[in-house]
Amino acid sequence: MNQQATEYESKYFMDQISVGGVTLDLEVQGSGPPLLYLHAEHYRHLQQPFIDRLAESWTVHAPRHPGFDGRTPPEDFRRIDDLAYLYLDLMAQLDLNGVTVAGASFGGWIALEMAVRNVSRLSALALMAPVGARLGERDERDFADLFALPEAESATALFAGTPPDFATFNEDQLTATARDRQYVAYYAWKPYLHNPALARWLHRVAVPTHLIWGAKDGFVSPGYGEKLAARMPGAKLDVISGAGHYPQIERLSDTMAALRAGPCAP
Amino acid sequence: MQVWHFSEMAYHPGWEELGDSLRNVIPSRVYDPKLGADLYHRYLDEWALCDELGINIMVNEHHTTATCTTSVCTIPLAILARETKKVRLLCLGMPIANRMDAVRVAEEYAMLDVISRGRIEMGFVKGSVFEVTPANSNPATLSERFWEAHDLILKALTTHDGPFNWEGQHFQYRQVNVWPRPYQDPHPPVWMTVASPGSAKLVGEKGYVLASLNSGYANTPIIYDTYREAAKVAGHEAGLDRFAYLGIVGVGETEKEGRRRAHQILDYSRTTPRVASQFQFPPGLVPPEVVGRQLGSPSPRTFPLRDGSRVEMLTGSVDQYIDAGIAFAGTPETVYAQIKEFYDHVGGLGHLLMMGQGGHLNHEDTVDNLTMFSKEVLPRLQAL
Repeated sequence: MNQQATEYESKYFMDQISVGGVTLDLEVQGSGPPLLYLHAEHYRHLQQPFIDRLAESWTVHAPRHPGFDGRTPPEDFRRIDDLAYLYLDLMAQLDLNGVTVAGASFGGWIALEMAVRNVSRLSALALMAPVGARLGERDERDFADLFALPEAESATALFAGTPPDFATFNEDQLTATARDRQYVAYYAWKPYLHNPALARWLHRVAVPTHLIWGAKDGFVSPGYGEKLAARMPGAKLDVISGAGHYPQIERLSDTMAALRAGPCAP
Repeated sequence: MQVWHFSEMAYHPGWEELGDSLRNVIPSRVYDPKLGADLYHRYLDEWALCDELGINIMVNEHHTTATCTTSVCTIPLAILARETKKVRLLCLGMPIANRMDAVRVAEEYAMLDVISRGRIEMGFVKGSVFEVTPANSNPATLSERFWEAHDLILKALTTHDGPFNWEGQHFQYRQVNVWPRPYQDPHPPVWMTVASPGSAKLVGEKGYVLASLNSGYANTPIIYDTYREAAKVAGHEAGLDRFAYLGIVGVGETEKEGRRRAHQILDYSRTTPRVASQFQFPPGLVPPEVVGRQLGSPSPRTFPLRDGSRVEMLTGSVDQYIDAGIAFAGTPETVYAQIKEFYDHVGGLGHLLMMGQGGHLNHEDTVDNLTMFSKEVLPRLQAL
């Protein structure tokens, strides 16, 4: 564990932190260089094993996005920009430097929005099937309309293998699942899961970037990943076989192996 | 009591082919415009007849559905504003959180009010849950958008000294200046649909006309009581004219005929759950605890009988819908007694929103239903 990580862990291992008037649930664990993990739009509890594995190599800072955490965000906090600035402020408040920002799907979008604004505290990006940039034609779907798909089709789009069975979720997990959907809508209903201005500025992501995609992603296709990689000079794209939209859930070891061998290797 | 005739202008010829899903994802190739034209004219004729019968008129709107082909509520109202001369014209209503141009709503209502010489009743509704999809309206912020639209529309209708500025969360205009101004002063009466005590409180504070739709014996009293309490606290008189109730009405020469008519109209209620499940719980529109329970163990939509048991909307019988207070059916005598019993149960109401046509009920039956009702039930209700 490096000096910085030791210091932060002892100082900031906490459940809650206030950043610019926004209360955040923040989990800090592990040792090594700092990593900020921005969770995907669904199934936070299924991402915990991934966070635990990251903590073997990094000091992981894993906040819960406002709203997704069960708190109502401030009245004027409702855009992807707000999330990006919040986490930039969080890094500044904790004085984190050389940070790997890892983001999955919706969290990957936040990471991109942070990186086009300010990469001064970043060392690398690790993005698993990020949404956020509009790359297709106007009558094409970059992202499947999960809200208009039957539950079973939505699950098939997200998972290559057996999707989570809601019947096995406890009441809190079911409520959290419904709340996740509420806050995806809150931040990203229209335009759907993207910022029309983001694609124009992707060249500003001036840190090594690792894109990781599930080969069977039916929500955001690997083809979108290729288009995104083409917009980001130097980005490395790895496609994980046997995974859908959440390789960090479905193919945890393969995802970890790819990350350790990629541009953000600790 | 005043009575209003309501129809959704259903395109029932497509129901069988469309099966379990009558909304949102249905292909319009199922719709035959020639048949549709005949249906539009027929339904408009039935509303026009109401002008002679002394029954007021109510329209609504839904989108992308074969259950209701009124996709723009102000179009039938515009036709009827000129075709009728006496009765009042209620739109219940305008889904203002799903209409992206609130000033246009003010313009439409104002123009209708002038053409009808002040006969417009102005409904604002949040709309059914599945309506957010065709409108691409954010369900997670729908409520705040509804109230902002409400504030803006009323200000637009009541400002008569030139443009004002509006830089809101959801609507932005720099020169709001609606012409014509409405005929009624300060503006047409406002109605809102209410399905929960929480909404009833807000509407009661404003003193608007509250309309509860098919809420029945079980759910209506708490809604009306909450309104009365909120109105009292806000210093309004909650007279009977503040309370409206929508029910299915089938009148006939015999009990059997009245019930048969109600049975056909009730396909309005029975088709309501025929929508793909993913459109029934838009994210953020329903509390996450409720959506979570539905995810864990999906259950069909039901309505409560008076004994507290629940019946599936899809398959409820006429008797069950009558028991619930959703339908009133039989001879004029029976129908009056049923309505009076409900009226007493809820503490009185000033408007019966009568679904006098629905589903496959044909023109002859509808005309007979409305005519018999106007002659034999309406006079007794007007005396309440």
